[in-house]
Amino acid sequence: MSWFTNLPSWARWSLAAAVGMFVLTVVQRVSGTDLLTEEGTAQAMLRWSIPILLAGLGGLYSERAGIVNIGLEGMMILGTWFGAWGALNWGPWGGLAAGLVGGALGGLLHAVATVSFGVDQIISGVGINILAPALTRFLSERVFSGEAGGSVSQSPRVDGFGNFTVPGLADFLGTIRDQEIFWISDVAGFSRGFVAEMSWFTLIGLLTVPLSGWLLWKTRVGLRMRICGENPNAGESLGVNIYGHKYLGVIISGGLSGLAGAFIVLELAGLYRGGQTLGRGFIGLAALVFGNWRAIGVLAGSLVFSYPFGLSLVDFNAESSGGATRALLLVIAIALAGVMVWAQRSGKRGDAILAGLFAAIALVWYLGTETAAAWLPNTMPYALVLIVLLFASQRLRGPRTAGLPYRRGET
Amino acid sequence: MTNPLVRRIGLALAAPALAAVFAVVVSAIVLELSGSNSIDTFGTILSNGFQLETFVDTLNRATPLFLAGVAAAIGFRMNLFNIGVEGQYILAAFAAAVVGAELNRFALPGFLHTLAIVATAMFVGAVWAGLSGLLKVTRGINEVISTIMLNFVATGGIVAALLPKVITDPTAPNQGTETIAERAWLPDLNGVAEVVTREIGRGRELTGVFLIAVVVAIAYHVGVNRTVFGFDLRSSGMNPFAAFAGGVQPKKMVFLSMVLSGVVAGLVGMPEILSDNHAYDQGFVQGLGFGGIAIALLGRNSALGMTFAALLFGFLDSSSAVLQVQASASAEIVRIMQATFLLAAVVAFEFVNRIRQRDEVARASAATETPNGPTPSIEGASA
Repeated sequence: MSWFTNLPSWARWSLAAAVGMFVLTVVQRVSGTDLLTEEGTAQAMLRWSIPILLAGLGGLYSERAGIVNIGLEGMMILGTWFGAWGALNWGPWGGLAAGLVGGALGGLLHAVATVSFGVDQIISGVGINILAPALTRFLSERVFSGEAGGSVSQSPRVDGFGNFTVPGLADFLGTIRDQEIFWISDVAGFSRGFVAEMSWFTLIGLLTVPLSGWLLWKTRVGLRMRICGENPNAGESLGVNIYGHKYLGVIISGGLSGLAGAFIVLELAGLYRGGQTLGRGFIGLAALVFGNWRAIGVLAGSLVFSYPFGLSLVDFNAESSGGATRALLLVIAIALAGVMVWAQRSGKRGDAILAGLFAAIALVWYLGTETAAAWLPNTMPYALVLIVLLFASQRLRGPRTAGLPYRRGET
Repeated sequence: MTNPLVRRIGLALAAPALAAVFAVVVSAIVLELSGSNSIDTFGTILSNGFQLETFVDTLNRATPLFLAGVAAAIGFRMNLFNIGVEGQYILAAFAAAVVGAELNRFALPGFLHTLAIVATAMFVGAVWAGLSGLLKVTRGINEVISTIMLNFVATGGIVAALLPKVITDPTAPNQGTETIAERAWLPDLNGVAEVVTREIGRGRELTGVFLIAVVVAIAYHVGVNRTVFGFDLRSSGMNPFAAFAGGVQPKKMVFLSMVLSGVVAGLVGMPEILSDNHAYDQGFVQGLGFGGIAIALLGRNSALGMTFAALLFGFLDSSSAVLQVQASASAEIVRIMQATFLLAAVVAFEFVNRIRQRDEVARASAATETPNGPTPSIEGASA
């Protein structure tokens, strides 16, 4: 498999996506559904992946700077409230900016506690996760409950950004999709979900991926942030302002999480509502681990994790009730069987047996049911993370000193 | 400040006192900024605090918080972050409610019925937490990530999947399991409390689980401070390499402490099951797990400290209900006060810790620089 690992990461992920699409195409023929590779599924997946992506990238900046950020969820919650407040006053761009700032304030708090005072990073994060919902509830009681449609737990409706379709490309992909060629039309239809009726905010979210990759790996400030997470003492000896760069990383982290919150308000819900983040900050953290602390890996993770949910949006309605989600079980069984073969060939008997066992469970589940239950897509991302960690935790490597306290002059 | 003992005690008390002042000041500013009278609000909270019923309410609210705190603290003692107390207690309470309802059909003595419910809860909590421990020991998966994920699998997956199968009345507004037979309910402790107080009014009942919490507190204190296991636990937390050199098996300790943490987490839902609702329904109390983490942090993982922290948070929770009724200020101010207090306290603890370390360095250097001077006190070095 050395040729595969020698490829650049975008090529590896694209190849993986092509193989994944092939599996999806085959499975949906077998299971008698066509939702797995439908354009609507791709669109829903993309829309719902953006908060996870932004939170995951937020975690990337923070952990690369050596600070574990469990508070992503709390900062996202701050982003939802500030996003709604900004959007009510100054429109969508105001909402975006306010969400960013609100989240960054949460990041600043985390940075003050962990970098300046050396508080344990998990503890500070938990504290922020407790503070944020209390603060936003208090604020909405004060600000939103006086307005029409607002209350202690929700804001009046706000407008999101508009949509756009990439001209030419969307039509081209649509034409190929309508040819109904096996696999190729499926890929075209699914890809069309990425270029048709996309929100501008989604585009902004996607653009942060190359931006983050460039900033962290190709610029001086990025190198300095990363040395905070790998070997801060070495950085200090070279004259890098470690505290300053840690602050920067954590504040950017909060800002991106806040952006994720603003996205939920502006594009997904259309209003602020208490508890609407639904643990997406934690899934973002999981996407970060899944993506091996890389920008493009976080993107892949957030797309994979939001796929079951995006699918459930088109799958659980009047015409359909979980048939396609059930088909997903077969996909998981096939993937696990692949893991089993790979583990067997790398001489890991234990892994192979475990993967085979899980594959068998997924297969039996698939064969024994006609439709999937509504709770399944909501749980899949979390279970998926655990399965990925179970088989790949040895291959994943995060920043070396993330989570450890750092004091200047102490080794 | 010349007397080292006075200085040490002063430092120990300074952190929570500073944090409390800070929290009060911040909440006062927030209250004033939002147009409420802060003096009135604090007055309401305090005057309410001097009523017997509030005290009972405080104890009722403090009981599950304290249990959740102990569950988190068992992990914290060895630098193991069990963020999953939340999922563990919800899953445990659900299983206990189902088992309790099933046992309604059998002729059982009441205490056996209760015992079966409590044992189920402890067992399920242990299994769910033990799973994270197993993942860490066998696969090196960070327990923070795995417990967070297992929280969602437990609440959004297992409970969401199984609850519809055990719902007795699908038309009820708040669907849940069948109510557990009265013989299994824990008696309230009003009779005990009323020995020293007047009659408790307003329908308040002091939960019987309070006694379980007292037992857990004593067991925790003795277990951590006076047993071999507790010594291994603390030494693994302070210096895992030294502990390993001393014959402590790190993997066994990780797994065991996760399991024990889960056992206690399983008890967190018991006031609801045995004293309040006697069933698991869709409105089952949530958030106690994260509250428990706060309690463990505030109480610095000591039984006494966590008792105070749980009482304080329980009292504040109970005040929030009063503020809601009186509508003089937003009840949410209480949550802000709690969260500010928590954050301020962890910062203050860290700050005081640093002063302590500086003292120690100063003492050590003073002792080594004057070899002919008075013998340095050993007591100071162990602080």
